[in-house]
Amino acid sequence: MTVSKSRGHVVISTEECKGCELCIEACPADVLILSDKFNTHGYHTSAYKGQGCTGCGICFYACPEPGAITVFKRWDQMTEMADCPHCGGEYKVYSTEDEPHLLICTNCMKPIKDSQ
Amino acid sequence: MNNILKKSASFYDVYERRPGADKLTTTYCPGCGHGVLHKLIAEALDDFGVREKTIFISPVGCSVFAYYYFHTGNVQVAHGRAPAAATGIKRAHPDSVVISYQGDGDLAAIGTAEIIHAANRGEGITVFFVNNAIYGMTGGQMAPTTLVGQKTMTSPRGRSVNNEGYPIRMSEVIATLKAPVFIERVMIGDTKSTMHARQTVRKALKLQIEKNAFSFIEVLSACPSNMKLTPSRSKQWVKEVLADYFPLGVKKDVSEEFEPKDISRLVVSNSELPDALNLETAKVDSEKIAPYREKKINEEIKVAGFGGQGVLSLGTVLSEMGMRHDYQVSWLPSYGPEMRGGTANCSVKISQKKIGSPLVANPTILIAMNRPSLDKFENDVISGGLIIYDNSLIDRKPVRDDVEIIAIPATKMADELGNTKAANMVIVGALIEYKDLMSQEVVLESLGDVLKRKNLVELNQKAILRGAEFINNLK
Repeated sequence: MTVSKSRGHVVISTEECKGCELCIEACPADVLILSDKFNTHGYHTSAYKGQGCTGCGICFYACPEPGAITVFKRWDQMTEMADCPHCGGEYKVYSTEDEPHLLICTNCMKPIKDSQ
Repeated sequence: MNNILKKSASFYDVYERRPGADKLTTTYCPGCGHGVLHKLIAEALDDFGVREKTIFISPVGCSVFAYYYFHTGNVQVAHGRAPAAATGIKRAHPDSVVISYQGDGDLAAIGTAEIIHAANRGEGITVFFVNNAIYGMTGGQMAPTTLVGQKTMTSPRGRSVNNEGYPIRMSEVIATLKAPVFIERVMIGDTKSTMHARQTVRKALKLQIEKNAFSFIEVLSACPSNMKLTPSRSKQWVKEVLADYFPLGVKKDVSEEFEPKDISRLVVSNSELPDALNLETAKVDSEKIAPYREKKINEEIKVAGFGGQGVLSLGTVLSEMGMRHDYQVSWLPSYGPEMRGGTANCSVKISQKKIGSPLVANPTILIAMNRPSLDKFENDVISGGLIIYDNSLIDRKPVRDDVEIIAIPATKMADELGNTKAANMVIVGALIEYKDLMSQEVVLESLGDVLKRKNLVELNQKAILRGAEFINNLK
């Protein structure tokens, strides 16, 4: 997979999204859409188009559900990719000021330890 | 600013307290403003590092289950009483961060008195008041903040000024008080207003953390379900209609000049308590009470009679004396509004074991000092129990044949001693002698500490001795 040139990245937890569409409306970059698929509650959920997120975080604060949206800022500064031991999905090495080598799976959101 | 915006650590990862299979999502409707405000509060608690010492008070209303979500201390309180509970909690734990979170029905209707007085005292708490102009949880009834003309389930023709009055602007009402430090009305509307609300939430919490200042933040919020609008349209309504009647902005801010408030001295510590209450530890000769430590005592006593007969004080004397014998005791009065002449009863428990509840439904001992009391409680006594009744006042015998019965003319005996009112102590003397509940010596010695009127101690000692003598004559 090629590394996205987007500055940010947004992950929607489909089982937590209630499909209120407030994030879609709020997104200035217009990169969120309502999915054709619905979750186990029967809600059509929000989805990321896959490109163009700026990492502004506006969708995060528009969303009423505590865990439905996760926004990664400075996505373009991240480098490595590997397979997540929890879910098998890809994850990225992600730096923050507090934790310079935080590893987090962008699929299942679990932190990955013992690796740099 | 964090590089990752994700679910705050001040929320539980999984909402284990939530019943049912879904433990990931909140109970709020899609597009509800509560969730956003929850997130703003949780994020601030994370960033200020105060999650561990935060106590979140859930109200009655849609946010009643906030304790499912917030990974803080939690108390769910009676309808409207959040600021009163917050007052007690903050005073008992002056170092904690106490958040009183309420809706418009909770704060502006049933709990109006509580918020006004907590604000007036300037309690060191932070109040978040979510105003969506409607009762959400109960299904869309009119709220005190419902706009004029707004149709709700209980105002089907629209709120009318003649019938229901004007919507209350709570922030402005509270801003007239002297003690509050920071009052602002914000809204969860468009991005700009939500991000401003975020700053306000942080300022209010910071004022509590640093200065124990009272802040009141009113948050205009959407209720898409009850407004029967889409989440997007309902936010639009908040911005255009609700915020028109409830103007946004700072209503009061004296945070700059407000000096940090020391509230630690508002609480009396456990070690200071006996002094504050003027209590002394009872001095009891441990040798005299030693035999009673071996006994298996577990009595549930109902004392009943007319008000004025000393029914309640009979109970207090029994429980006070019980304490002096190292028993666990409880005393629970029940009486009408009259001081004299009404009916009164009290429940007393005396036990070697810890007492869970002070209620006595089925007494092991009934002390009946008048006829109505015997009529009322006779059938409640457990089989094998004891009924003591004053046969100088009660003109019938108990009908139960599965209990022990002592008829004692206590009032007549007290009269002979010179004071009718000592009848209760005659019964105390008889009871402890008959059941060997306590040391008579200790009771007589301690009577002076227990009775308020010291000139009656001698009379009451005589009454106790008379009661015991009566029992010994029976034996």
